[in-house]
Amino acid sequence: MKAPRFQYLRPDSVEEAVAMLAAHGDAAQILAGGQSLMPMLNMRVASPDVVIDINRLQALAGIAFVDGWCTVGALTRYADIMADGRIAQHLPLLAMALPYVAHSAIRNRGTIGGSLALADPAAEMPACALALGAEIELASQAGRRRVLAQDFFLGLYETARQAEEMLIAIHYPIVGPVQCGFYEIARRHGDFALAGAAVVRRPAPAGGLPEYRIAAFGLLDRPILATRTAEICANVQTAERMNDVLSAFEADICAAGDIQGDARTRLIWARTALQRALEQLAPSPL
Amino acid sequence: MTEMTEITFTLNGETVRRSVPVRKNLVDFLRQDMGLTGSHVGCEHGVCGACTLLVDRRAVRGCLMLAAQIDGLSVQTVEGLAQDEAVNDLLEAFVARNALQCGFCTPGMLATAVELLRNPRPMSRAEIREQISGNYCRCTGYEAIVDAIGTVLDTRLANMQADGEVA
Repeated sequence: MKAPRFQYLRPDSVEEAVAMLAAHGDAAQILAGGQSLMPMLNMRVASPDVVIDINRLQALAGIAFVDGWCTVGALTRYADIMADGRIAQHLPLLAMALPYVAHSAIRNRGTIGGSLALADPAAEMPACALALGAEIELASQAGRRRVLAQDFFLGLYETARQAEEMLIAIHYPIVGPVQCGFYEIARRHGDFALAGAAVVRRPAPAGGLPEYRIAAFGLLDRPILATRTAEICANVQTAERMNDVLSAFEADICAAGDIQGDARTRLIWARTALQRALEQLAPSPL
Repeated sequence: MTEMTEITFTLNGETVRRSVPVRKNLVDFLRQDMGLTGSHVGCEHGVCGACTLLVDRRAVRGCLMLAAQIDGLSVQTVEGLAQDEAVNDLLEAFVARNALQCGFCTPGMLATAVELLRNPRPMSRAEIREQISGNYCRCTGYEAIVDAIGTVLDTRLANMQADGEVA
């Protein structure tokens, strides 16, 4: 099918863009990479009155490392993040997850800000933002604010972003050396995940415990942080305890919401995804 | 009435100026307004890869961009590739290896391959398959396509080595 009619606006600055959002609110959709919005328009799942094309806002494209933070502009395309060697070095989780995002032609065009703003529950980037403790920066005419990833994803395609706000950047804290694991189960490579897990492990300081952050995605209406699982991982050092970890993961997921469809099967997929993600941590702590 | 917008862009090396409906996607615009029917329309939601073409030298889905968005950009379609000496080897390899049967996927497959071959690095067959995984072919089973791309990749790498461009 073809996209429905809409009014097409193309701002040249963030100020102009947020003024347009203030004027049109819920009736407007921001067009970034378009790799989700365009199919939704073509299939008429979305029919906004106004489309605000932000592709000329080059100030929102790019990656900067400043004062212990990596800031990725909302308009930065997946392919450009993958090609940046600093990401592989400082945010290896993103480097591991990005090859799972669709296919090369989609990654050439799709943007990280678009993925976070859409908040598809099976998408990779929201789960990584949770596991990495990212902060999401929003702009409106009233000013700018930063929201923790764990406070940002509220439900199915639902986020803490207000209608008059635009997602402009993602800030990832750089916390020193980490080990990461990422795995997802999908019907075909590049499809949305049926179940997935993202793991970040900070090595133990002298006399302390390692710190884990574990995100699950593709299972509920939003990605979630598996906090109980992370605690158990930090306290468990032997392979025999893997079963405790996986049981905790199931409990974390079930406590966070109802799984649609065949819950038993999906929990088995979730366990498998987490186990494979944990096995990628080197040297394997479990 | 559908809103229109003016665009000026480069199409296969030539500057073009047109008025387009803002809701029209790029591949429909190229086929219907520019008469370039080489880019095919398959699924219209970015899955099949038949409409893949090059925008500013990157492979993108023609059905997932608005024509309005190519204002100021450069587009290369399979019609442009056919005239492009830099990719002659790829086109010849597709013929030599029987890398197409019905040909529906071929324009998109070529656009993806052109980008893959632009900065040649040694790739396994599995890596080539991964790179073309966003382009569906329902005839060949992909083996012949991987053969064609792999042949060109090997030749280009060997030439680069002979020219001293790689260690």
